[in-house]
Amino acid sequence: MPFEWFVALRYIREARGQTALILAAVSVGVAVIVFLSALIGGLEVSLIDKTLGSQPHVTLHEPRETARPLVEPSPTLAIAREIQPSPQRLRSIDQWPSVLREAEETDGVTAASPMVTGPGFAVRSNATSPIVVLGVDPERFVAIIDVPRKILRGRFEAGGGRVSIGSTLASDLGAEVGDRIHVSTTEGVDDVVTVAGIFMLGNEAVDRTWVLTSLRHAQSLYALPGGATTIELKVADVFQAEQVAVALHDRTGLDADSWMTLNAELLAGLSAQSGSKSLIQFFVVLAVALGIASVLIVSVVQKSREIGILRAVGTPRHRILWVFLIQGGLLGLVGSFAGCALGAFLARGVEGASTNPDGSARFLVQLTPQLFLYTSLLATGVGLLSAVIPAVRASRLDPATSIRNG
Amino acid sequence: MADPLLQLEGIVKEYGEAVRTRALDGVDVALHSGEFVALIGPSGSGKSTLLNVIGLLDRPSAGRVVLAGTETTSLDDAALTKLRGRTLGFVFQFHHLLPGFTALENVMLPEWGDLGHGSAELRKRGEEALTAVGLERRMHHTPSQLSGGEAQRVAIARALSRRPALLLADEPTGNLDTVSANEVFDLLRDFNRRLQTTCLIVTHDPRIADRCDRVIQIVNGRIVAPEP
Repeated sequence: MPFEWFVALRYIREARGQTALILAAVSVGVAVIVFLSALIGGLEVSLIDKTLGSQPHVTLHEPRETARPLVEPSPTLAIAREIQPSPQRLRSIDQWPSVLREAEETDGVTAASPMVTGPGFAVRSNATSPIVVLGVDPERFVAIIDVPRKILRGRFEAGGGRVSIGSTLASDLGAEVGDRIHVSTTEGVDDVVTVAGIFMLGNEAVDRTWVLTSLRHAQSLYALPGGATTIELKVADVFQAEQVAVALHDRTGLDADSWMTLNAELLAGLSAQSGSKSLIQFFVVLAVALGIASVLIVSVVQKSREIGILRAVGTPRHRILWVFLIQGGLLGLVGSFAGCALGAFLARGVEGASTNPDGSARFLVQLTPQLFLYTSLLATGVGLLSAVIPAVRASRLDPATSIRNG
Repeated sequence: MADPLLQLEGIVKEYGEAVRTRALDGVDVALHSGEFVALIGPSGSGKSTLLNVIGLLDRPSAGRVVLAGTETTSLDDAALTKLRGRTLGFVFQFHHLLPGFTALENVMLPEWGDLGHGSAELRKRGEEALTAVGLERRMHHTPSQLSGGEAQRVAIARALSRRPALLLADEPTGNLDTVSANEVFDLLRDFNRRLQTTCLIVTHDPRIADRCDRVIQIVNGRIVAPEP
């Protein structure tokens, strides 16, 4: 066995009490990091899942219409004018099939779906509700938003006079699967459709307004034969959505809205949460580092005579340095294993202790191999770094003085 | 006559910044291979300082130290450490064994620390060294499980395990009862005769000094009575 490892392990074993205390401190610190990261990570994933469960990652549509002035001011012509915002009308994306193909071939895009969407009203008996009609290609659409998984009653259908509607809308209209509802659009087109499925995506605004029908049906409802007002996209990495949106905007000239710009407040909240986590993590790491460093400094003082003897009998400085670095690293590593186990245990405990009425966990936790690996590496690195000052101090001890005064 | 194993020329050692204290004042000493020499002197005369300079644990303020043909004055710490580990053996008044290690491990540590890794060969040499001092049954005992005399014999085994050219012993019997002191002295003498290991023994005990080949006396940092 290498000398440094042999002596380091023996010193750790010899100081059982100190070792146990510092290992407990490192373990608790690591457990706090694992527990918090798992909880906050779970919350983050849950929030993003809920948000993206009812919206695409990127939406492409024609730019907003703006009024164009007939005359521009010039150095010799001053114009006093008021430009009123143009009313927006539903417009189809020009050459949308080729845009769809281009979007599908863009790096990071995993699914694309054309859609005709517009406002309208749903009427059943005496009940009237404002709605948003979404005309979709069902196969493509479910790759963007997994409606079939969120069906409460009936089944997901969109076409042939059959629609799927949100659960709150169904409740507002008093409609059940098989009931017929009257749909009228802002283009003045009316139709009667049958409710084939009722879904709950978890977003109240969506569940209160959405009516999913076929693309062709929506085209006729909004007098856009062969058209598509938006192209909805799903990307592989949700946090790359804005980059994909910018790239597609540059390439197609269409407006491209990513979920990140549409949910800026959510992202700001997540970012603040992540900042808080980092701050807590920093102070925990600092406390662990100070704990390891102080224990090792005490150890150097206690063992200064032994170090002096080792140096006197021919042990080079660098081996003494490594004896203490290894101790620091080992304390961090072993403490991190225990801490990961403790943190995971606590996280699972919290997850299991609090449940929603439907039996699902109220606090989802995210325990990933990456979290354990990161935390273990962090603790080991902190252990090593904390040992630098004691190790350098030990390696610089003067052997004669240490033996005499040690 | 062959070159001395150790040659000190005009060694001066001063301590302190504001007030300089001269612990060694122009010391000249030569030790030849196989000699068994006592270094005596009253407390505060500079014995320990001289031993530290000879042991390459302390650098002189002035003068030259030539050990085994190597001029040590200009060597850096790493070279001094290597030369010290491979040429010198130390026996202290208090055995100064590492308490958390067994007798065998204590004996193996100097070479282990120098080379960086243990080996079966190293272990064998350690066992042989302990057998040579009569402690073959105490190899796996820690210092706290040994008597004072046994611990000092382990320290001698540690010092001699690498067959050093020069053994420096600082009051090796000073902390032992008469029987143990005689055993330790006889052991050192035996190694000196069998292995031709040069020994320099710092002692207060005139009976020990009388049994050495030569006595060097130091008073106030100067050699006053080098005896043939």
